[in-house]
Amino acid sequence: MIDTLRLTAKGVNDLLETGEASSDEIFAAYRAAIDERDGELKCFLHVCDESPGEGIPIALKDVISTKGVPTTAGSKILEGFKPVYDATVTERCAARGLRTIGKTNMDEFAMGSSTENSAYGPTRNPWDPDRVPGGSSGGSAAAVAAGLAPWALGSDTGGSVKQPAALCGVVGLRPTYGTVSRYGIVAFASSLDQVGPIAKTVADCAFLYSVIAGRDANDTTTVDLPQPVEIPQDEDLRGLRVGVPKELNEAEGIEPGVSMAVNAAIELCRELGAEVGECELPRSVDYGLPCYYLIAPSEASSNLARYDGVRYGLRVSPDGIRELYEQTRDHGFGDEPKRRIMLGTYALSAGYYEAYYGQAQKVRTVIRQEFAAALERFDVLVSPTSPTVAFPLGAKTENPLAMYLSDVLAIPPNMAGLPGLSIPCGLSEGLPVGLQLIGAQFSENVLFRAGHALEQALGFDYVPQRLA
Amino acid sequence: MNWEPVIGCEIHVHLKTRTKMFCRCPVGFGAPPNSQTCQVCLAHPGVLPVPNEKAIEWTIKLGAALGCEIAEHAVFHRKNYFYPDNPKGYQISQYDEPLCIRGSFSVPGPDGATEIGIVRAHLEEDAAKNVHMGGGEGRIHGADRTLVDFNRAGTPLVEIVTQPDLRSAEQTKRFLQLLRQTVRELGISDAEMQEGSMRFDVNVSVRPEGSDELRTRTELKNINSFNFASQGIEREIQRQIAIYESGGQVEQETLHFVPGHEHAPPLRSKEEAQDYRYFPEPDLVPIEPPLEMVERARAELGELPSARIRRLEAELDFGLAEELVTSGRDGLYERTPGDRRAVANVLMNELAAAGVDPSAVDGAELGKLIEARDRIPRDAFTRALAASGDGGFQASDYLGETLIADEAELDPVIDQVLAANEEHAAAYRAGKEGLLGFLVGQVMKETRGRANPRVVNERLREKLTS
Repeated sequence: MIDTLRLTAKGVNDLLETGEASSDEIFAAYRAAIDERDGELKCFLHVCDESPGEGIPIALKDVISTKGVPTTAGSKILEGFKPVYDATVTERCAARGLRTIGKTNMDEFAMGSSTENSAYGPTRNPWDPDRVPGGSSGGSAAAVAAGLAPWALGSDTGGSVKQPAALCGVVGLRPTYGTVSRYGIVAFASSLDQVGPIAKTVADCAFLYSVIAGRDANDTTTVDLPQPVEIPQDEDLRGLRVGVPKELNEAEGIEPGVSMAVNAAIELCRELGAEVGECELPRSVDYGLPCYYLIAPSEASSNLARYDGVRYGLRVSPDGIRELYEQTRDHGFGDEPKRRIMLGTYALSAGYYEAYYGQAQKVRTVIRQEFAAALERFDVLVSPTSPTVAFPLGAKTENPLAMYLSDVLAIPPNMAGLPGLSIPCGLSEGLPVGLQLIGAQFSENVLFRAGHALEQALGFDYVPQRLA
Repeated sequence: MNWEPVIGCEIHVHLKTRTKMFCRCPVGFGAPPNSQTCQVCLAHPGVLPVPNEKAIEWTIKLGAALGCEIAEHAVFHRKNYFYPDNPKGYQISQYDEPLCIRGSFSVPGPDGATEIGIVRAHLEEDAAKNVHMGGGEGRIHGADRTLVDFNRAGTPLVEIVTQPDLRSAEQTKRFLQLLRQTVRELGISDAEMQEGSMRFDVNVSVRPEGSDELRTRTELKNINSFNFASQGIEREIQRQIAIYESGGQVEQETLHFVPGHEHAPPLRSKEEAQDYRYFPEPDLVPIEPPLEMVERARAELGELPSARIRRLEAELDFGLAEELVTSGRDGLYERTPGDRRAVANVLMNELAAAGVDPSAVDGAELGKLIEARDRIPRDAFTRALAASGDGGFQASDYLGETLIADEAELDPVIDQVLAANEEHAAAYRAGKEGLLGFLVGQVMKETRGRANPRVVNERLREKLTS
């Protein structure tokens, strides 16, 4: 009997290599875990009974196109939709023998921070089923935390990999924009969307990143990695310069328990040999979130226009094309996509474009420059990933702004196109706290090295206590 | 008061690239509906556009021919609107940073050439095709249902916008024909109006002659023939003049021509100011054409049609020179020796009527044929012309059948014709000289066209007046 709770992807690989278990046996073990625990947690929107390949199982966020396997992006408007093609990341996983075990729950069109915006009901946090797993990749993060998949792919537009990884006590990477193909990822905000790995360890995360990263002819915004991915081994941080951005660590709303765990991790950096110093990112933190909420909805309002009931997906079909559009989209979209479509449509409208979208793009340049300056002085910047630990279901659903603030610390580096790694750094009130490591463009190897050394020193137990 | 028309054009040209603008589907006309589609041009969730490099290169080539500056940094924008023929809900187009800007295109006319300013030429993707079923009119209003054929969706399309520099319907037609020929010679488009690979919209206003104001304009949309353009513009000019002269004001509106309903009056609609919410396409990086590509495009331009019209005008007249060039026959004209006007006339009349591809014709052989045309039977000339595009065509094969010029051979036939048509002969003698042609015709008929018409004429006249 294989116990999937503690098993990492590396662990699975060892079982396969030593012949202790076959790929089918491992697949079956994870399927059994899903049968046992997913009724309560609802991590999956679709579970695969079989999946080709001889390797390690993987869970894919339902925003990732899988040929012939339902892909709904958590929306009613795509209920039952089966793509005719695989996303590039799906293909790359399959090419390495990874077997899709299922499609994970998410906030509708990746819009949300709790997975409560899924049209198919919320996912629950494996550490406390009355709490949210974060979002929008909540299903992927919770599935890894609960041992329902050794690793998973999520997507991160404004913190959607980092924040749920933090809230579920697992490791999540939001890669440098342009290093992972977006081909086949149901688009939310094209200039920010990026697929990222979620795993139990930094090493697994690095390996999965190496599988999916690199230029793709189908996504002209991608580039080749300047250096190959290195699986981290060092257990110290000698020579590493660690910056502590004041505003990211002292922002309003950061819970004391979160600060405490993060400060302890920063202290640990020093003990591991890093040079630690303070820095400032005043404009990035003040303007990051407001700019994000102009740019992301603007792009979303355009990206979601294709769900019109004409070619695929839901069609509510009364007389007349205008009525077809209005009623299909009214029935098919939930409140959050509607809210963002309206925000974005407004921000792009004639007479408002310069003041909103145009201005936000200019501020984005300022944010990029501010981060670049800080990252000349430091190799890695650290902060909490999320200001809070996992919050109770329903706590923020009536207050969109409170929900948006959940990503106030995760969004600024995203606006600059920078990579960010979230690793668990301790517990507050029995719930995981995430540490965000931010690096320069293409510095994933530095983040893996730092994350791995901290992970070893912290000795965080990623198995939720109630399941252990 | 004299009125001056002010006319500007927007021309859409399909590029005949092998594949579509942003996916690998074939571009083609006439395939079964929705057989040339994929997830990208059907806008399935998650797809991304990959720009067609050839289309970018060809747009630059066209920009060079239009005398445009080629942008060092051009950007694709999204133009957002809902319509069933617009699968993504936005069209990828260009907005404030197009590939080609500030050009000038010379249009020769009977009174000299006019420079027409080119505002821009940009690259975009075409929409799908809506087919409205039922309702009888082929129009969306009153249709029972609408079918969408996505084969055309994503076809590379260049939009050329001129300054309002055109001053008459005739000049506009001349400009459009010349532009079409230029595009065809560049090898980037068939520019076939019937297949919709070239379409144009025309903006028309009028103003008092000598004024430089720009008055309210109306837009004529979906014109698919040069003659309709010219007729439609002329009609619109007269309508606007009549409105101003009766003290009224022209209203901004659009006149839609419906393909297949060319004789129906165009549909008028008030111009609705639509907000397309343009923003830079985040799925694509800006285009920065390499200098080397731009220089090559300029270097590879041959002598452009307008320059050739001006050159040929000197040895012919403007009308013939223009016809030769815009019909693509001037190349053969220049390859064919002989009397210039005679060659030009044969090319524009008999050869055109015979449907021979001018590019397949050996000019030297054609020259021999034209030179001998008065000495050989009419039908031999016609047969020879029809065969002139065939491989290995030799004029000498047709020159053996010379005309009968021998009076001794012709006289018996002429006498026979006069005997059979005594009434006509009498009428001629009584002064109806026009009947000579009839009698010549009878002789030609009897000789099956082999008689030399000049000799027949002379002999008939002599016999009738003797």
